Amino acid sequence: MDDLIVEFITETNESLAAIDLQLVGLEQNPNDKNLLGSIFRLMHTIKGTCGFLGLPRLETCAHRAENVMGRFRDGTLQVTPAYVTLIFESIDRIKMIMGELEANGKEPEGNDMDLIEKLDAVYEGRDTTGAAPAAAHGAAPASAEIDPLQALFDSTPGPADMVPNYVPAPVEAAPAPAPVAAAPAPVAAKPADDHGAKESSVASQTLRVNVDVLENLMTMVSELVLTRNQLLQIQRNSKGSEFGTPLQRLNHVVSDLQEGVMKTRMQPIGAAWSKLPRIIRDLSNELGKKIDLVMEGEETELDRQVLELIKDPLTHMVRNSGDHGIEKPSDRAAAGKPETGKIILRAFHEGGHIIIQIKDDGKGLNTERIKQKAIEKGIATAEQLAAMPKKQIHMYIFDAGFSTAEKVTSVSGRGVGMDVVRTNIEKIGGTIDLLSEEGQGSTFTIKIPLTLAIVSALIVEVAGEKYAVPQLAVQELVMGSEGGENKIEYINGTPVFRLRETLLPLVNLQAMLKLPEDKSASERVGRKNLYIIVTKVGDYVFGILVDRVFDTEEIVVKPMARMLQSIELFSGNTILGDGSVILILDPTGVAKASGEIQVASTDKSAAEEHAIRGTRTSLLLFSTGDGIPKAVPLALVARLEDVDISKIEESGDQMLIQYRDTLMPLVKFDPDMPLNEKGTQPTLVFSDGTRSMGLMVAEIIDIVEDIINVQINSDRTGYLGSTIIRNKATDIIDVGSFLKGAYKDWFKDHGEDDFDREDMKRLRRVLVVDDSPFFRNMLSPLLSVAGYDVTTAENPKRALELAEKGQFFDIIVSDIEMPEMSGFEFVEAVRKQGPWQNTPMVALSSHATKNDIERGMSLGFTKYVAKFDRDTLLNAISSTLAEQRHTEAA
Amino acid sequence: MSLSGEVTKFQKRRAGDVDEGPQMTQFLSITVGGQMFGIPILQVQDVLRQQTVTHVPLAPPEVAGALNLRGRIVTAINVRRRLGLDNLPEGSKTMSVVVEHEHELYSLIIDTVGDVLSLQSKGFEQVPPTMDTTWRDIATGIFRLENQLMVVVDVSRLLQHSVH
Repeated sequence: MDDLIVEFITETNESLAAIDLQLVGLEQNPNDKNLLGSIFRLMHTIKGTCGFLGLPRLETCAHRAENVMGRFRDGTLQVTPAYVTLIFESIDRIKMIMGELEANGKEPEGNDMDLIEKLDAVYEGRDTTGAAPAAAHGAAPASAEIDPLQALFDSTPGPADMVPNYVPAPVEAAPAPAPVAAAPAPVAAKPADDHGAKESSVASQTLRVNVDVLENLMTMVSELVLTRNQLLQIQRNSKGSEFGTPLQRLNHVVSDLQEGVMKTRMQPIGAAWSKLPRIIRDLSNELGKKIDLVMEGEETELDRQVLELIKDPLTHMVRNSGDHGIEKPSDRAAAGKPETGKIILRAFHEGGHIIIQIKDDGKGLNTERIKQKAIEKGIATAEQLAAMPKKQIHMYIFDAGFSTAEKVTSVSGRGVGMDVVRTNIEKIGGTIDLLSEEGQGSTFTIKIPLTLAIVSALIVEVAGEKYAVPQLAVQELVMGSEGGENKIEYINGTPVFRLRETLLPLVNLQAMLKLPEDKSASERVGRKNLYIIVTKVGDYVFGILVDRVFDTEEIVVKPMARMLQSIELFSGNTILGDGSVILILDPTGVAKASGEIQVASTDKSAAEEHAIRGTRTSLLLFSTGDGIPKAVPLALVARLEDVDISKIEESGDQMLIQYRDTLMPLVKFDPDMPLNEKGTQPTLVFSDGTRSMGLMVAEIIDIVEDIINVQINSDRTGYLGSTIIRNKATDIIDVGSFLKGAYKDWFKDHGEDDFDREDMKRLRRVLVVDDSPFFRNMLSPLLSVAGYDVTTAENPKRALELAEKGQFFDIIVSDIEMPEMSGFEFVEAVRKQGPWQNTPMVALSSHATKNDIERGMSLGFTKYVAKFDRDTLLNAISSTLAEQRHTEAA
Repeated sequence: MSLSGEVTKFQKRRAGDVDEGPQMTQFLSITVGGQMFGIPILQVQDVLRQQTVTHVPLAPPEVAGALNLRGRIVTAINVRRRLGLDNLPEGSKTMSVVVEHEHELYSLIIDTVGDVLSLQSKGFEQVPPTMDTTWRDIATGIFRLENQLMVVVDVSRLLQHSVH
């Protein structure tokens, strides 16, 4: 296509966008002289250029619209909403023709007589449908007083730049059939000339550069950065040389150059917002709502590439706010709100990021509906949702296919929007957060890194392979070890690390990337040390375990190959100074995957799972000074503490210590065990929510997770049995007996209802049905600690025998995968007949596909607990019992 | 960008006399697992010897990894894997053919590279329906040469990884 046409299209599109924006403003302020003048001028210029380039259709439309604008500007025609809509129509028609021009290189066939007729009718005062006639003849002279400086201030940079190039032509081409037009023409020339004079000084400060030229420049600078890195690397490795000083100089210069070129890519975010006022205006009309769009911080700059990527998500979210957020004026009035809803767009810099907020004062998110939808779609169960904070429930709207809009409008509601928005934002390394109050409104906060191209990254090594971690995500670097002071501990199977006051969840990168363990590395002396990269994603802080840490380097981010883009753990790749390709980790992807890893571990194949589940568990190993190692199921341990000896108090024959605002009783494992003279004593803390108890031991040895064969032997009080761990006979302790030692009344049921004193006196009876002896013996103390009276049955047959004997339970917890009779068959039998037909039953299983849950629930389970997790199970039991009590009371 | 100035011998040939006759097409012949394949010469950017490839964890199995080619990151595809063949024994030397597809570069790791062949279009035949499905999927047709058959490769289909 002709270069001239290409340039024309670019510039005219900018003018059209500016006119759109200004027309919206004009609608709200019909008498704003500046807007009138500016729109007129833009239209005038477009008309002139079209005439100059021989584009008759465009010229005619622009001309006729300019005529009407001229009358507005002169004050001889009143600006009414209907007329403004007509001008909008003209703009849309021009846009359509421009589209065809761009696609085919020429104007489309046809004419616009329909539009021209309407425009001419208005212009000539023939229009009967529109509002006020041309009453204000006397106001004509006002147009001549457009202050050139003021006009300059109002016009946007794009069209303002255009004016000096195109001014000469339009003045001649103006045909002026009606007398009124003659007046504007010379008037237009005058401000245009002044414009020209003023413009040239403004124009000389800015320059239009083709985007491709800038891209090339950027790529070349990137190559330069890489070469510089290579040189620095070589220089680092060789002992001092004469290259040292010039290289330093080169280093600085290249860094400055890099910074400078990056600045050229920065664009104000207003560019992405420019279309929004028009969109909101059309939306308000379409939906019959009143919406005010406020934009703050549109001058905030960000990288062009990033801007392109967020344009659509932003538009989508603003439309959503208008469509689903802001209520109809009548509803708003009824709720005591002003009839006009407000959507505020705000952008600002923070750290190395740009923060964009979309805030509306509409009706906010309906938490209940989201919950229902989540259950319908099977992505969460009712009790999971019950335990979730509101904010977390709100985040479900970002799931694919999730739309709670009652009807799908042409604007939104198709449920494909928000997940795409989140994906697009995360693709560029950003995060999106949501805060919503029902009845008050919602605020979306997007945080995106300022630049994609060159970033600082920490180079790390895992299993012999190097990876890059963006410096921005790295909060700090700590060293952990397998044993000793800075040891990595395990709570509920998740490795954690004590970082000052907090427990940091850890991610084993080697496992996550499914990398084979570096055998040579484990043989290295002192391999016990691991580096932990403390990373923050949104509000979530966690640690990434790596083997080695190298330097921080400036790397040029290259996007992943298309076929690899779906791997969420990587945000791109780069070439290091030594020429090797390394992958760049995406902390957001790692955070997500670490959450999912827990679920994944329960999704093993059925056969594997059945073989392992009953016997594989985590045990905490400790010693009590008698040389025989002891163990306790880790799931029962709430915390590991080092109790300060000097702070232990004695009350009667009980030892106590101040622990988190309460007095916690301390019990020695072995009454004869000597305590340390001074310093601290390792203590296992057990708790059931409000009360804690500390079991003091000599030394905490380790945590073992393995397939364990336990010899059950309950002859000795205090012991459940024994097993072989690491070739040594190890005793498994019975936590229950120690708890009784600490609190005589530990097993009193706390209960949730203050009123039911009668019920509180009776302990809840739980029946546990599971074919694994070890599992039964682990669930038993777990539930006892929680205050239940526990009975176990090794298979459903035995359980049903208990039913026949007339035994009664408050709740039954049953496994699903059992050899002779499965949990499904069991619940079916129980529900068919017998004394337990109305007893609540909780299914406990690692098989938790939607089908399993549905099947279980339809067969008669009250709840389905998908993952073995102390808290989830206890919650499920207590909430089921509470529900039961309420139904009984009713 | 650093490639733009380069003119490999293949590009030269492209610019010059591609069609040696009225219905002739040129192919680069390669061997994978004992079978000869042909890649339309216009799609071939480069031929490389064994390269150091960075392993990409969690990538589809036929992706051998990523490598640095004159400053551009190229995805390496293990063609044997893609075709369902076993890998060569450890330590064997391989060759790579670099192709461009939708503005990205890919390095196809194959066994050996042969000559450039100019073949008459009329010798182009349909792929036999009895051929293995994976192979049929990536082939556009075959040529009957003097001593063997050459399977013509559809590069874009080769790059669409098999569904797991």
